[in-house]
Amino acid sequence: MARITASVYTSHVPAIGAALDLGKSGEPYWQKVFSGYDASKAWMRDHTPDVVFLVFNDHATAFSLEMIPTFAIGTAAEYAVADEGWGPRPVPKVIGHPELASHIAQSVIQDDFDLTIVNKMDVDHGLTVPLSLLFGARDPVKDAWPCPVIPFAVNVVQYPVPSGRRCFALGQAIRRAVESYDQPLNVQIWGTGGMSHQLQGPRAGLINREWDDRFLDRLIDDPAGLAQVPHIEYVREAGSEGIELVMWLIARGAMADVAGGPKPKVAHRFYHVPASNTAVGHLVLEN
Amino acid sequence: MALSKPYLDVPGTTIFDADQSRKGYWLNQFCMSLMRAENRQRFLANPQACLDEWPMTEAQKQAVLARDLNRCIAEGGNIYFLAKLGATHGKSFQQMAGSMTGMTEEEYRDMMISGGRSIEGNRRTGEGGSAQPHCQPQGSAPRPGF
Repeated sequence: MARITASVYTSHVPAIGAALDLGKSGEPYWQKVFSGYDASKAWMRDHTPDVVFLVFNDHATAFSLEMIPTFAIGTAAEYAVADEGWGPRPVPKVIGHPELASHIAQSVIQDDFDLTIVNKMDVDHGLTVPLSLLFGARDPVKDAWPCPVIPFAVNVVQYPVPSGRRCFALGQAIRRAVESYDQPLNVQIWGTGGMSHQLQGPRAGLINREWDDRFLDRLIDDPAGLAQVPHIEYVREAGSEGIELVMWLIARGAMADVAGGPKPKVAHRFYHVPASNTAVGHLVLEN
Repeated sequence: MALSKPYLDVPGTTIFDADQSRKGYWLNQFCMSLMRAENRQRFLANPQACLDEWPMTEAQKQAVLARDLNRCIAEGGNIYFLAKLGATHGKSFQQMAGSMTGMTEEEYRDMMISGGRSIEGNRRTGEGGSAQPHCQPQGSAPRPGF
C-alpha cells in the first residue's frame, strides 16, 4: 500500500520565485531566505518521494470569478506553468499522477468531502515556488521535477474559506485514501502559503511573529487544538492573506499521530521576516 | 438574514466576501484578461479603449486608470486579480502592497526589513496603530496609486 512518509510546510511567496528566476538568490536579502532551505533541500535529496500531494491556493489564475471551488483535486496527466501577468515562470511543467489522484478523489468524496475534480489547470506560484524551494532550480526544458505532483487547490480568495477544522479532517481523509491505494508508493503531503502577511489596504505589510511562532509550535504539538482557531483570528492576527495557513492543517491532518500513531519527528524548522511582504515559515515533519 | 461579517472592525482591511465579489465581478474579470501577453500590450497601448470593452462602472475604470489599488478594492477588486494589473505595469507585489499605505517604495521596503507592520494597535478599529484611519496616509508618497 501507499504511505504518507512526511509532510512539508512552506510559504509560497511569488517574489521568491522571481528572485530565483532572475538570478538574485545570492543577494544578501534573499540569502537569508534561501539559506533556511539548504537543510531541507539536502533532506529532500535523501527522501525524494514517489509523489507529492501539494496543497496550495490558486491566486485567481486557473479559477477566475466564474468558478470558485472550495477544494479542487487535479487528476490530469500534466499541468502547464501559468502566466500570472509577468510571463510564465521558467520552470518545468508539472507531471501529475492521474491514477493516485483519481483514487484519492473517489475515496475522499465517499468519505463525505465534496471535491471538485479538475482535468485542466495551469498552476501558479502557489504550486511552483514550493517545488523550486525544495527541489532547487530546474531548467524549464532540459530538466524535470524529480517526481509527479498531485495539485490540490483550496479557495482562500473569496470569503468564506474552509475552516481549519474542516481542513484538518480532510487531511485525515486523504491519509485514509492514500493508505488504501494498492501500489507501494512513498507519498509526501505539502501544505503551503502563509505565514502572517497582508497584501491589501492601509494595513498591508502586517507581520505577527509571536502569532506565527505559536502557530508553528501548535502545528507540531497540538494540531487538533490549532484546528479550532476561527477564521477571524487568522485575519485579525496574521493578516487578510495569512488565512492561507489553514492549508497547513490539511497536510498536518494526514500525519500518523492524528490517527493514533507516533508523534512526527521535526526534521527542520525555519522562520524569517521578510520575503517581500511576507513572513516565511518552513517545517519538515517525518512520520 | 444578512450575511454575518465579523471582520468589519479590522482596520485598513477589506475582506473579499460575496458582496465585494458581486460588486467587483467585471473589474476582476477584466484583470483576468491581462494574463495574456497580447491583452497586456493592447491595454498599455490604449487603456481607456480596453476598459470600455468591459461592463465596468465609471468609478472602476477611473480607479484602474489612476492605478489606485485602494480605490479598486473599494469598488470590489481583489488583490490577486488586481495583481495582474500591477504586473502589466511591471510592478511587483511589494510595490503594489506598499502603494496602498501612502509610503514610498523605499519607506515600505524598510518597514518590511525592520520586521513588518506591528500588530499592536492594528487589531481593531479605534486602537492606536499605523493602519488606523486617522493615520492615513502613512508616508511621503507624492500621490496615491502605484
